[in-house]
Amino acid sequence: MDWTLGTIALRALGVGFLMSFVVITGFAYTTLLERKLLARLQGRVGPERAGYIPLPRKGKKERKLLGGVLQPAADAVKLFFKEDRAPDMVDTVIYNIAPMLTVIPAVLILAVIPWAPTLLKSSPYPYFAIAPGLQVGVLFILAVASIAVYGVALAGWASNSKYAILGGIRATAQMISYELALSLTVLPSVMLAGSMNLNDIVVAQEGLWFFLIQPVATLIFIIGVFAELQRAPFDLLEAEQELSSGYNVEYGSMRFGMFFMAEYMKMISFSAIAAVLFFGGYRGPFVDQVPLLGILYLFGKIFLGLCLMIWVRASMPRLRYDQLMNFGWKILLPLAVLNFVVTAIGIVLHSEGILNLPLPG
Amino acid sequence: MTIAQLYIPVAVLFGISIFFALLLPILSKILGPNRPGGRKGEAYESGIVAVGNAQKRLPVKFYRIAILFILFDIDIIFLFPYAIAMKKLGLFGLWSMLIFVVIFVLGDIWVWKRGVLEWE
Repeated sequence: MDWTLGTIALRALGVGFLMSFVVITGFAYTTLLERKLLARLQGRVGPERAGYIPLPRKGKKERKLLGGVLQPAADAVKLFFKEDRAPDMVDTVIYNIAPMLTVIPAVLILAVIPWAPTLLKSSPYPYFAIAPGLQVGVLFILAVASIAVYGVALAGWASNSKYAILGGIRATAQMISYELALSLTVLPSVMLAGSMNLNDIVVAQEGLWFFLIQPVATLIFIIGVFAELQRAPFDLLEAEQELSSGYNVEYGSMRFGMFFMAEYMKMISFSAIAAVLFFGGYRGPFVDQVPLLGILYLFGKIFLGLCLMIWVRASMPRLRYDQLMNFGWKILLPLAVLNFVVTAIGIVLHSEGILNLPLPG
Repeated sequence: MTIAQLYIPVAVLFGISIFFALLLPILSKILGPNRPGGRKGEAYESGIVAVGNAQKRLPVKFYRIAILFILFDIDIIFLFPYAIAMKKLGLFGLWSMLIFVVIFVLGDIWVWKRGVLEWE
């Protein structure tokens, strides 16, 4: 096949639609996973009425197979058929743009995630992604993830409601505070692999996953992701008891759903990024012989990441706002700087041959 | 590969993301009912009638955090080129980077001592 600009664009269109459909379906079922798992962790059953297969009764007990499998579809239908009405006092243009500004980065971030080694023999790329060959993958992720802050901040401001403004401004301060620690902990993986391309980082972990070399960075990265995605215990901006859901309080119908869609899609993509940076990405046994296995391995790691997020939500109480800011600026940021300096010294001394450390390359 | 070949997939995905971002609100506008009236136009404040405009002045500490973020984020961005080239730069590069980080940390300590990071 001849790889001209046209065929590249066509391939990107096909792969882009495919992967975004996969992740949007994944988003729908992540909500179900969250409700089911959270319910089990709290000793409940969770949604079970929508779309079950009845099994024969065992004594008095009613038994259901796959209870709640159609719950995401039911939620989507409900959201679509609700009235979409903006209050009178909103700033109309920004109010309409804000949900889009949160969804667009959530989709765009998928561009650089390497899902598997090359699937087609004729492909000019060494790995399977929507935009392979992009050397600035890590910077791209940080840049695109920062745009999502605008969505939240503008949604809060444009709603012109006190709860929404407080939630939006809290969310903005929280996201930018933890982004510093997040970008600093991405650096060790980049240094160890010597490249910002995500596939190079995955390939560099062939012998040793980076979380074994960088346990502190892994921990700070995971905490940073929790704060960046406003998951519990950092979900201050939607503290129901104080702000009655915060920045999205004036939104209704599917535009309300779009904020959740963006949040859950970012849960999936940041689980994938954490897997790529620290847990070997798509690598696993036999992945070189059967490249399709790579997608399965990465999906498995994403699933574990999602379960961790839900587990933490079920176990941790919400932080107070001053504790949150103090933790981010006074503990996480200095620790991330220290970790970066120690890693840099270790790598340079290793490559200069002064110290012998078990590092790749 | 040329720059165009590398970035065309990103542009295509940007188009796809705009497609989804426009499709969802338009669909819900078409499918949902449209019955204005009642008190739907008011701001939600847990059943209490809203008083005044909400877009007022905000506490200055949020702006301080935003300014600090820009300063520190630019500092961190300068570390990315170093992270790529650190093995070629060797010990000289390491010393240069350490001086840079020391200045960065001194700034952080100064900000901390001035009480900018305190939340009450």
